[in-house]
Amino acid sequence: MTVTDVLESLLRNAFPDAPTLSVEDRTGGGDHFQVVVESPRFAGLSLVEQHRLVYAALAEPLRDGTIHELRIRTCAPQTADTGGTA
Amino acid sequence: MSELRDRIQTIISEEPVSLFMKGTPQFVMCGNSDRALRALLESGAPVTAVDVLPDPQIRQELSALSGWPTIPQVFIRGELIGGADIVEELHASGELRQRLDEALGAEREQVVQTIPLAS
Repeated sequence: MTVTDVLESLLRNAFPDAPTLSVEDRTGGGDHFQVVVESPRFAGLSLVEQHRLVYAALAEPLRDGTIHELRIRTCAPQTADTGGTA
Repeated sequence: MSELRDRIQTIISEEPVSLFMKGTPQFVMCGNSDRALRALLESGAPVTAVDVLPDPQIRQELSALSGWPTIPQVFIRGELIGGADIVEELHASGELRQRLDEALGAEREQVVQTIPLAS
């Protein structure tokens, strides 16, 4: 399992219902990452609070130095769909 | 609380805009610190910079205070605005300037200074 896969599975556990979730190894070196997460968990939260949730999900690889640099992009799903799909 | 932590807290609370970065505005040592600095300057922010590199304690105490694990960190009047990604995003949408206007007034002097914190 690559570091990218590990990070993706940590994020997937934290944001199981994310319609968008990606981890990109920006440099190919396995330590500079761009993550993008769209999750209903972010609804109503400030960007600081949203990023805190991502940091929390990746606390271990951040602490042990696996992640050298982390770029984060977060958002809540755009539409409040009242159409009743689960 | 350690003396260093007190000094960091004082800067965060009292400076209009504080930027904890790697390097200084004159000699930036990290691309992300540069992104945050540029966004602030382009939004017309005054910047009080603190270089975290001279002493690893600075970064430790800062993150303990803010609960934010990475550098840079930007505060406006004591409030954590975020790291490079958030500050850039807020700059792009115009919200950063708006928040600066609200916190500091639209007519402000843009002073850029560095406070040394090495113990």
